[in-house]
Amino acid sequence: MRRSAELIPPLLLGVVLLAAWEGACRLLDLPPYFLPPPSAVAAALIEAGPRLAASAWITFVMAVQALIVAGLVGGGLALAVSLHASAERAVRPLAVALQVTPVVAVAPLVLIWAGLDHADRAVVALAALVAFFPLFSGVLTGLKSADPDLERLFDLYGATPLQRLWRLRLPSALPFALEGLRVAAGLAVIGAVVAEFVSGSGATQGLAWRLLEAGNRLRTAEMLAGVLCLTLLGLALNAAVGLVERIVTARIRVRR
Amino acid sequence: MAEPIAALHGATVDLAGRAPLGPLDLTVARGEIVALVGASGAGKSTTLRLLAGLQSPSAGTVTRAVGPGRTGFVFQSPTLTPWADAQANVALPLELAGRPRAEARGRAAAALGAVGLGDRLDARPSELSGGMAMRVALARALVTGPELLLLDEPFAALDSVTRRRLIEDLHALWAAADPRPAVVFVTHDVEEAVYLAQRIVVLEAATGRPVADLPTPGAPPRPARWRADPAYRQAVETTAEALEAAMTSQTAETAA
Repeated sequence: MRRSAELIPPLLLGVVLLAAWEGACRLLDLPPYFLPPPSAVAAALIEAGPRLAASAWITFVMAVQALIVAGLVGGGLALAVSLHASAERAVRPLAVALQVTPVVAVAPLVLIWAGLDHADRAVVALAALVAFFPLFSGVLTGLKSADPDLERLFDLYGATPLQRLWRLRLPSALPFALEGLRVAAGLAVIGAVVAEFVSGSGATQGLAWRLLEAGNRLRTAEMLAGVLCLTLLGLALNAAVGLVERIVTARIRVRR
Repeated sequence: MAEPIAALHGATVDLAGRAPLGPLDLTVARGEIVALVGASGAGKSTTLRLLAGLQSPSAGTVTRAVGPGRTGFVFQSPTLTPWADAQANVALPLELAGRPRAEARGRAAAALGAVGLGDRLDARPSELSGGMAMRVALARALVTGPELLLLDEPFAALDSVTRRRLIEDLHALWAAADPRPAVVFVTHDVEEAVYLAQRIVVLEAATGRPVADLPTPGAPPRPARWRADPAYRQAVETTAEALEAAMTSQTAETAA
């Protein structure tokens, strides 16, 4: 009961905004290529639905692949670096540099390196590139977040480095790693879309390409439908990460 | 005096941003209970870490006649691992020492039983009250059969009723152990120190140097009603005066 009551205000706001949009389009008699009304977007969504869904799946798969690559590389590197303070000092600036470099600027380069025939690889690589930092940073912060008194306790009982990693640092890092994964999931979609835009028409057939296509033909309603699909995709990925988070947390609770 | 279990000989410790501690001279005999009292910042925790072998002195020496893994340490907070239940937390020191899992869990259950938590083996730290969590930490420190038990203001955060009960239980556990561990108990509560210890060492505020070494009347374990005994009141007064003198000696030094 309470949950459904909490849903009412945002739904109400959504309905009001959509109604205002629809009303404005009709009242001002805007041309549909400039701003189609929500009803036209809905029609486009139904008409282009199968195409958009197929493309959404392609983008989703590429984003997930990127997350896996970024998780393995970022998490692995964080683990290696956490073993030595000077290694962290060496790698940190590089990781930050990677993070602040705009992905759009690097995209053409990665496209060349991946080979123009393999635009999908470039998309995965670029999405992984932007997803790398939150995962690396999250895992590294987490590995160092263990209670200093617990670290002392492990000293006291002469724990081996492996025992310390497995029984103290990795479990301490888990919440940070999952938080990093959540941020990375959002960024991976952004990275994938940017990479697809740069790789241009037809090289990959993800959602961003559908957007470009529709834009070239001035099918604004289909563009908006595509944007809506991207939003839904982001939400789906977020939910998937949330699911992983719950499963992992539950497993940990049961196991030890 | 009985055979010493741990001793500091002219140990000094350099601290960041303030005058070094020491030189510290302190000998702890097997099986005795010593309370360390002193102002905040008087180096009580540092002294404990030196005795535990967790920290090396900048100068001077520390001698320890404690077997490997036979030092117990209870910190100011329970410092349990939140992802493990009470039994797994208590089994940790044994598992780090490479004892078989079944043996470790059995001994952990027994240790939890001894501190009155035999029915909460699978409770998570988040499900335990502050006093119970401290009991788990105490069980973890006792599970290896320590020869030297170090407690760093363990009960400071608890309410007075819980604290009294824990101190009485600590006495009972100490008296029941064979052989009895040497206990070094850090506190800033004079009454707690007098009730618990056989000997009270007062640390000077600025240097952490032991400036008074006061025996307490009678011998632990003491009945709870001993707190009404005039000898107890007298010892509390004497200790409070010694503590005040140790604190004002710092004021004189700072003023000079």
